[in-house]
Amino acid sequence: MLLIHCPYCDEDRPELEFRNAGEAHIARPENIAEISDEEFAQFFFIRTNPKGLIYERWRHIHGCARFFNAVRDSVSDKFLMTYKAGEKRPTVKAGEKA
Amino acid sequence: MTAAFRTTAAGRLKGAKPVKISFDGASYAALEGDTLASALLANGVHLMGRSFKYHRPRGVLSAGAEEPNALVGIHRDAARKTPNVRATVQEVYDGLTAVSQNRWPSLAFDVGAVNDIASPMFSAGFYYKTFMWPKAAWKSVYEPTIRASAGLGVAPDKPDPDHYASRYAHCDVLVLGGGAAGLSAALAAAETGARVIIADEQPAVGGALRFETGSTIDSAAGWDWAQATAVKLAAMDNVRVLTRTTAFGYYAQNMVGLVERVSDHLADPGHDLPRERLWQVRAKRVIIATGAIERHMVFDGNDKPGVMLASAGRTYLNHFGVLVGKNVGVFTASDSAYAAAIDLKQAGASIAAIVDLRDNPAGPLIDQARALGIEILSGRTLVRASGNLRVASMTVRATSGGPERTIPVDALLMSAGWTPSVHLFSQSRGKVAFDSATRRFLPGDYAQDCVSVGACSGTDTLADTVKDAVAAGEKAAKAAGLAKTVGTKVKAETSESWAGGMVGAAPGAGPDTTGKAFVDFQNDVTAKDIRLAVREGMRSIEHVKRFTTNGMATDQGKTSNIHGLAIAAEALGKEMPEVGLTTFRAPYTPVTFGSLVNHSKGRLFDPTRRTPFHAQEEKLGAVFEDVGQWKRAWYYPRAGEDMHAAVNRECATVRKAAGIFDASTLGKIEVVGPDAAKFMELMYTNPWEKLESGRCRYGIMLREDGFIYDDGVVGRLAADRFHVTTTTGGAARVMNHMEDYLQTEFPHLDVWLTSISEQWAVIAVQGPKSRDIIAPLVEGIDMSDGAMPHMSVREGKICGVPTRLFRMSFTGERGFEINVPADYAAAVWDAVWAQGQKHGACAYGTEAMHVLRAEKGYIIVGQDTDGTVTPQDAGLDWAVGKKKTDFVGIRGLKRPDLVAKGRKQLVGLRTKDPKVVLEEGAQIVADPKQPIPMKMLGHVTSSYWSENCGRSIALGVVTGGFERMGQTLYVPMPDKVIEVEVVGQVFFDEKGERLHG
Amino acid sequence: MRKYSVFAIAREAMRAHKGWDAQWSSPEPRAEYDVIIVGAGGHGLATAYYLAKNHGITNIAVLEKGWLGGGNTGRNTTIIRSNYLYDESAGIYDHAVKLWDGLSQDLNYNVMYSARGVMMLAHNVHDVQSLKRHVHANRLNGIDNEWMTPEQAKAYCPPLNISPDARYPVVGATLQRRGGTARHDAVAWGYARAASDRGVHIIQNCEVKGIRRSANGHVTGVETSRGFIGAKKVGVVAAGHSSVIMQMADVRMPLESYPLQALVSEPVKPCFPCVVMSNTVHAYISQSDKGELVIGAGTDQYISYSQTGGLHILTHTLDAICEMFPVFSRMKMLRSWGGIVDVTPDRSPILAKTPVPGLYVNCGWGTGGFKATPGSGHVFAHTIANDNPHPINAGFTLERFRSGRLIDEAAAAAVAH
Repeated sequence: MLLIHCPYCDEDRPELEFRNAGEAHIARPENIAEISDEEFAQFFFIRTNPKGLIYERWRHIHGCARFFNAVRDSVSDKFLMTYKAGEKRPTVKAGEKA
Repeated sequence: MTAAFRTTAAGRLKGAKPVKISFDGASYAALEGDTLASALLANGVHLMGRSFKYHRPRGVLSAGAEEPNALVGIHRDAARKTPNVRATVQEVYDGLTAVSQNRWPSLAFDVGAVNDIASPMFSAGFYYKTFMWPKAAWKSVYEPTIRASAGLGVAPDKPDPDHYASRYAHCDVLVLGGGAAGLSAALAAAETGARVIIADEQPAVGGALRFETGSTIDSAAGWDWAQATAVKLAAMDNVRVLTRTTAFGYYAQNMVGLVERVSDHLADPGHDLPRERLWQVRAKRVIIATGAIERHMVFDGNDKPGVMLASAGRTYLNHFGVLVGKNVGVFTASDSAYAAAIDLKQAGASIAAIVDLRDNPAGPLIDQARALGIEILSGRTLVRASGNLRVASMTVRATSGGPERTIPVDALLMSAGWTPSVHLFSQSRGKVAFDSATRRFLPGDYAQDCVSVGACSGTDTLADTVKDAVAAGEKAAKAAGLAKTVGTKVKAETSESWAGGMVGAAPGAGPDTTGKAFVDFQNDVTAKDIRLAVREGMRSIEHVKRFTTNGMATDQGKTSNIHGLAIAAEALGKEMPEVGLTTFRAPYTPVTFGSLVNHSKGRLFDPTRRTPFHAQEEKLGAVFEDVGQWKRAWYYPRAGEDMHAAVNRECATVRKAAGIFDASTLGKIEVVGPDAAKFMELMYTNPWEKLESGRCRYGIMLREDGFIYDDGVVGRLAADRFHVTTTTGGAARVMNHMEDYLQTEFPHLDVWLTSISEQWAVIAVQGPKSRDIIAPLVEGIDMSDGAMPHMSVREGKICGVPTRLFRMSFTGERGFEINVPADYAAAVWDAVWAQGQKHGACAYGTEAMHVLRAEKGYIIVGQDTDGTVTPQDAGLDWAVGKKKTDFVGIRGLKRPDLVAKGRKQLVGLRTKDPKVVLEEGAQIVADPKQPIPMKMLGHVTSSYWSENCGRSIALGVVTGGFERMGQTLYVPMPDKVIEVEVVGQVFFDEKGERLHG
Repeated sequence: MRKYSVFAIAREAMRAHKGWDAQWSSPEPRAEYDVIIVGAGGHGLATAYYLAKNHGITNIAVLEKGWLGGGNTGRNTTIIRSNYLYDESAGIYDHAVKLWDGLSQDLNYNVMYSARGVMMLAHNVHDVQSLKRHVHANRLNGIDNEWMTPEQAKAYCPPLNISPDARYPVVGATLQRRGGTARHDAVAWGYARAASDRGVHIIQNCEVKGIRRSANGHVTGVETSRGFIGAKKVGVVAAGHSSVIMQMADVRMPLESYPLQALVSEPVKPCFPCVVMSNTVHAYISQSDKGELVIGAGTDQYISYSQTGGLHILTHTLDAICEMFPVFSRMKMLRSWGGIVDVTPDRSPILAKTPVPGLYVNCGWGTGGFKATPGSGHVFAHTIANDNPHPINAGFTLERFRSGRLIDEAAAAAVAH
C-alpha cells in the first residue's frame, strides 16, 4: 500500500484514503465541440502509459476530497513529488528526490 | 514416563510440564516447550511424512520454518483441521492431535510409494510429454489420477470457527528477527527513545543462540543474554516485542506484513483469543536481521528419515534435550557440523564418523572433535545413505573415487554451509549481489529505507554481528529523527564461527550417477532432474525452477534454491549469477487465509447500508434485496402471498389509491453558488439556465464519450441552488465526476458541491390519493395543482419538521417525494403511513417500482442502458439541449459510430401471447430459423407481468428499433421461440394524464 | 522433432533420460528475418508457430527481453472460457477454445487443458440480468453456457457457500462446461518447441530498444541489446510493455498498464472441481493439478511496471474467497506475485495493423489474455502474413477508438442501479 503526500493536507496518508484518477495534464479542449474525431480520440483514449516517470492525478477522496497531481516512478512506484491541481507541470529527472 | 531419546545432559526443558500428544493415533509423552518434531524425536519417531511425488518416507530435515518434509495435519476438532503444518514449528500442548499426510493406507506402508519404484518414468516434466492419447482420457483418466496422487494434506471441509485479529502499527525502527543481531539493533535503537518493534518467528527470541551454546555475550551465555535483553526491551514503553511473529511480506514504502500466531500453541485457547493476528507495520526504518539457513548435502539417499541438518540435530539436543540418534554419522563441508558432533558426543551419543569433503579441514573445532576421539574422514564423500523407514548406514569413499566403506548409523547430520536469508531484503526490491569468494548471494543495492545486519548480510562472527547491529540500530534511530544516541554497548566475548561450505551436488552425486540425491525434498527434485532440465534447453533458472518445480514446495526453496542454481550453473558451464536467482516472493512462510481476512467476513465482509425506514419496512414484512451495499425493500408480501401476488397487489394499489415507497437510497447532491446553473449546463445534456426556481427537470448526465452515465430529477430551489438526485448506484461516482470537473476543468466556476444523500430521507407517495394523504401533514406549502404542478419543488414543513417536497413521479401517477431530515424520517413515515391507511394505500417495494416505471417506459440507467447507450438510443433525444455549445459528452456523441445508422435503440416489446413474460437478457432476432451463430438484433432489458395492463410488458434494445415499429421479431428460447411486436416504450396512460389526475 | 510419448519416456527411463534434446534451440540472431515478433510470451510464440505452420513463413525471430513465457503467460491464473457477450469477443475467445481442445496433440506437448467448467456467480438481481443476457447471447452464438440455481451450483462445486445469510448470497450462476484451465508454462514451452522445430528463432535475453523505419515510414527492423535485426514486418506482442515498444515507432496507444496480483495456497488433495468467478465480490479461484488453490486478485489502481502490488489487494481478494468458501479460511497462502496487464478503454484487445506500414500489434488483453492464446496467435499470424486481419479479429482495431465502435465488455456488465 502506497503512502501518499496530500499537498493540501500536507500529510503522508495511506493509499486507502486516495483514488487514482489517471494521467495528469490532459486538459479538456476548450473548443471540445469542434475538435476532430482524431483529436477526440487523442484526448479521451490515448495515454502516455510511461515506464518511468509518470505524471498522474490522485484524489484525496477520504480526506480533504481534493484532486492533485503527482510525479511517480512507475517502475519503483516511488513518489518524487505531489503538487496542487492547476500548478504547472514540474520538470523532474528520474532518480531525483523531491 | 520419560521419552527414550530425552537426555538430561542438555536442553532447556528440564522441569517443564509433561503433556500427552497423539500422532496417527499413537500417544506420546512430550514436554511443554517441545515442538511436535522434538516431541516425536524424543520418542524415537523419525518417520513423519511422505514426499509429494514419490511418496518416499521422510523425517525432519530442520528444526525451523524451512522444514520441507515433516508436514502434518493438526486436528483440534472437526472444524479446526489444519493441513500442511510443519512439525518443526508447531508447539505441543496437552492433547495435541496430529496426523500424517499424503499416504494410504498408513504412513509406514504407503501404496503410493510404488511411484518411487517407477520413478525412472517420472522424471522432471514427464507429464508434458505424455497423457495425450487417447485425447479424451486426459479428462476422464489421467488428470483425475494425477490430482488424486498430488496435493499434500486434506483441505478443511467445515467453516472455520476461529477468529483472527488485525492491527496497523507505525514505528521508527522495525527489527525483523530476534537473534543476536536483531536484539542488539533493537536495543541500540530503543535506547535513543525511538519507537521500536522487534519481531521473531520463534516462541522465544535468540535465533541461532538456541543451539549455539559456545557464545557468550555481556558475560552471559548467549541464550540467557537474549532472554534478558528481550525482558529489558519489553519493559521499555517505546518497544514492542513480538514473538511467534513472522514477517512474511515486505511491501512498498516500508510497509511490512507480519503474522502473529496467538493461540495455536495453547491447549484451550478459549474464545477470547484470536487464532492469529495480522500486523501491518509502517516503519521509518527497517533492520533486517533474519539470519541464515543451513543447507543440506546433496547425495543419494539424503532424504532418509534420520538424515537432517547439523544445526537441527544440535537444536534438538541443546534446546529440547533430545538426542536424534545414538550412533550418529556426520557429512559436511562446513565446520558447523563439527560443533554439532561435539555437542552430541558430549551428551552421550556416539559419533560414527565425520565425513568431510574438505581434504585438510583445520581449526579449533576440528581439533576438539579429534580430541574427543571422533573419527574424521576428510577428503571423503558420502555416496549413499541407506535404510528403509530410517537411515541405517552411510557409505563413504574418497571424493576422487575408489573403494566404498559402509558405516552403520541411526541418524545422520549434514551441513553444506549457510545461506543468508535475503528473502525479505529481496522482497523489498533490493538487488542481491553474488559474493564469488563465498559463493553466496548477499544484499547489494537497497531499494527502500532498510539495512541488513548479521548472518543475513554475510557477517560471519558474532562479535562483528553485534557491533554492526548496534551501529545499525543507532543509525536507523537517527535516520528516523531521533537525535540522541546513548552509546549502547553489547559485546560478544566468545562466539562460534564456521568456515567452509559448498553448493551443488556432492562428489558422488554427479552427472554419471543414478541415485536420488535430493535438492528439493518435498517436491522430489533431484540433482538429476535439474540436469535434465538443462539438457532440455532450460537456461534461465526460472525455467529450471518451473520445469523441475525446484523451490516451489511449501518451504519455497529455503534449503534448495542455491543448490539447484549451482547444479544448473555447472551443467550450463556458467557462473551462478549468469543463470540468475529466482525471485523471492511473499510470503516468507505460508500465511493463513483467515489471518489476512481477519474481521472482513460475514456481516463485516462489506458494510450494510440501511435506510432510516428500515425498521418500519421490516415491521411491514418487507423482503429485502441487495442493491450495492444497500438493503432495499423489494416487496411486502402479506399472508399467503408470493412475490408475484404481492407485486401485483402493490402495483394495482398504487394506480387505484396510492403507494408509499422508500426512495432514500437515491443519491442527492446540492449544487450551490452563483455559477450553479452554469455548472449544471456543463454536467447535464439539458438546459438549466431558464429553469425557474421551484421547478424540476429530468436530467441526463453523459460521460465525455457520449454514453449515458446517470440520470435523475433535479429541483431548482433558488437561482443559485439545485437539489440533484442520482441513481442509487451512481451516488458516489456522480459526486466524484462532478467534483473532478469542478476542481480540475471548471475551477473558474463559483460552485460548491455537497453530498446530501444521507441527510435527507425520502418517502415517495404515488397515486391518485397521494395529495390527500400528505396534505394534512404539510405546513406552509400550497399543494394545489395550480400552485404546485407536476415537476415542482417546495420547501416547508411536514409533521413539524423541514421538508423539501417534490411533486414528481416515477410511476406515471400524481406523486410526491417527501425529503425529510434523516433523524426525523421514521416519525414522518409513521405519520404518512397512518394517513395512507385512511386512503387504502400500501407500501410498495423496488419490484413494484420497476413494474410501474416500465409501464410508463421510464428507463433505469444500468438496466435499460449499459454504458453503450446514447440519449438518442434511449429515446431521450428531447433531453439534449440542441442549442447548447458545451456539455460533457457533446463531442463524444458526434463520433461516427454514435450517429451511424443501425444502432440499438430502446423500444417496447409486446409478446404476441400476452401471458408470456419474456426473460430479461433474452436475445432478439429477425429470423428464428437461421442457423447458429444467429444474427442478434438486441436483447430484452426489462420485462414484467403488468397487472395494470393485464398482460406482460417489456423494454429492449433493438438494432434500428425506432424504424421497426409494428414489426414482428423473435426471442428464441431453449425450448421455444417467442413472437414479439416492436412497439413504443409506453404501455400505460400513453398521454400522461394521470400525472395530473 | 522427436515425438513425445509414453514410449519415448520409457525408452529414456532405461538410459537415465540422457537422450532428450533441448526443447527449443537458442541460436544467434540472423541479420534479417521475414518477420520479427517482439515478446516470447504465449501469444507471441503462438503467432510464430501459426505463421510457420499455416502461412509457410519460417524465417522468423521471436525476441524476448527476459526468458520465454516469463511475463503474464507465466503469471496468470490460467482460466479459459469463451462465454463473452459481444459477437466479436465470443468469436475470438471461442476460436481459442476450439484450438485449446486438441492443442496438446497439435503441439505434441501436454498443455493440460482441463475442461473443468467455469462458473460465474450472481449475487443480486442485476447480476442475474447480466449473466442471463450472456447465457442467451452465448446460446445463439453456439457457445455453451448454462444457467444454474444456487443448489445446482453447489452440487457442481461443493465448497460453495449458498447460505441465504451470506452478506452477498449466491442467487444463481452460469456454467460453461468447456471452460477450464491449462498449464501456463506448458503453453509457452509447447509453442516454443513446435515453433523452434519449424525453424523459428527464439532469442531470449534480447531487449528491443528501438524500431527502425525507412524514409517512407515502413518498418525495416529493430534495434536490440544484441544489435540491429532487420525485418519488413514486426509484430509487437509485449503485453504490459506494448505501449513502451509502440512508442519506439511513435505510435501512442490507448493502453494503461496496471499491476495484477495472484496467489496460490499450499497444495491439498482435490477439493475444488472447477473454476469459480464472481464479479460482484471480486475473486476467482480454481485448483491446479498440483493441488494448489489458484486465486486471482484485482488490479491495483495505479499504473505500474513493478510487477508488485499492495497487500490490501490480496487481503481483499481473500476476503471474497473466504466469503464464498468459508471452508478455506484455514488454508494458507503459499506464494503471491504480480504481473503487468495492459488495459484498453473498452477492455477488449487490439489485434491489428497500425498506422506504421509493416508494424502490427497484439495487445490490450487486460486481465484475461491467457485464455485467448491459441486463437490470438492464430489470427494475428493471419493478419501479419496477409497484411490484413482475419474476419475474427477484424473488429479489434486501433481505429475503433476514433470511430467509437468499441467492443465494450466492461460496460456490458454495467454497475447495479
